Amino acid sequence: MESAQRFSLFRYAAPNMFYPLAGRLAPMFAVAAVVLALVGLYMGFFVAPTDAVQGEVYRVIFIHVPAAWMSMFIYLVMALWSGVGVVFNTRLSAMMAQALAPTGAMFCFVALWTGALWGRPTWGAYWVWDARLTSQLLLLFLYFGFMALTAAIEDPRRADRAGAILALVGAVNVPIIYFSVTWWNTLHQGASVSLTKAPSMATTMLWAMLIMALASWAYTIAVVLWRVRGLILERERHTEWVAAELDAAEARA
Amino acid sequence: MLSVFLEVLRRDLLLAWRNRADVLVTLAFFTIVACLFPFGVGSESNQLRAIAPGVLWVAALLATLLSLHRIFAQDHSDGVLEQLLLSPEPAVLWALAKILAHWLTTALPLILAAPALALLFDMEQSATAVLILSLALGTPILSLLGAVGAALTLGLRGGGMLLALLVLPLFVPILIFGAGAVDAHLSGTGAAAHLLLLGGGSLGALALAPWACTAALRIAVE
Repeated sequence: MESAQRFSLFRYAAPNMFYPLAGRLAPMFAVAAVVLALVGLYMGFFVAPTDAVQGEVYRVIFIHVPAAWMSMFIYLVMALWSGVGVVFNTRLSAMMAQALAPTGAMFCFVALWTGALWGRPTWGAYWVWDARLTSQLLLLFLYFGFMALTAAIEDPRRADRAGAILALVGAVNVPIIYFSVTWWNTLHQGASVSLTKAPSMATTMLWAMLIMALASWAYTIAVVLWRVRGLILERERHTEWVAAELDAAEARA
Repeated sequence: MLSVFLEVLRRDLLLAWRNRADVLVTLAFFTIVACLFPFGVGSESNQLRAIAPGVLWVAALLATLLSLHRIFAQDHSDGVLEQLLLSPEPAVLWALAKILAHWLTTALPLILAAPALALLFDMEQSATAVLILSLALGTPILSLLGAVGAALTLGLRGGGMLLALLVLPLFVPILIFGAGAVDAHLSGTGAAAHLLLLGGGSLGALALAPWACTAALRIAVE
């Protein structure tokens, strides 16, 4: 019977199929994340040359830029999973969206925090109302809203679907927020500090940053898979396969 | 089909009229919030003139936010919402009627009161006209987007605070273009671009928000 079953993407949409797969994949991505982060940080902090203009302070970009990329990208992935959940009515998609949200918010916060630490010596202030900073802050609020809404609703199905609608509404609004904030900023003050005119980067700097970005990807995937395993166990605790799984885990321990 | 729209609109307006104290409280809230700012930042008239558009827009935003729960909460608690959803009539239509009723009973009084408040901030007459226009074009977006948030948080504990967290980040662009229209007018660049964007935003929200709103209502009620 097993051989007759054709391979299908939807096979892993069932939580009981996805749970062991996530358990196998998560440690691999965790190892990849650690290795990539070690290589990236070594390159960033010891190999990459000191910046001619900013000195050593610039080295925060090896954490800051990947975190900012991830924070924006994760929101898109979250909206994508929400859309999949609304269209196909799959339980796992909503769990994925909810597993992604805390990591996205964390990267958002890291990007803001490291940005502030970089801004103080470079701009002379921890915070300026620059378009990028402001839209990043609003993105953090969007993550908080999503997490607060899904946490406030007790019925998991309702929480899933309400969260999905919010994520989709938010995704439509993210570009509007970004462009409105950009415009607002340029109207208020001339661009005294611009990040867009990036100076040409030394190759080692670019490589270190890309490796750190890959490390963030691997970290995100590993953490989300682990978190979604927890969510699956919690949601499916009434089923037989979870009982069997827990018994097996107990026997191993 | 149109009769559902008109009937729900008539009913909601009638209910608002019977509970007109609610509407007046929203208006009083709008006024008081705006009046707090001179105490906070000082009564120097140049400064007041500079912050007036932003202050009035923020006050309008908060007043709308606090009134959003009225769109669906009562109908949710007495079961009318469920009956409306069970009825064969298209949900988007009556949801839109309810949003329109909310706009008429909340935003319209604010727009009418805004010129008086503009006097308190010593705004120029032409700037006041632009402010009114920006409020008229922008507040429909507040009602439409806010209705989605209100439907999502329907019947939740701590719904009010949650609603603020959900919708306020989405209101930021409207605040930027609304207050920005007046600034652009005063600086001589002309407010047309801002007002056109607000109008476009209203139409976009009108096309999309009712659908999201009814989807959220179905989730909340089932």
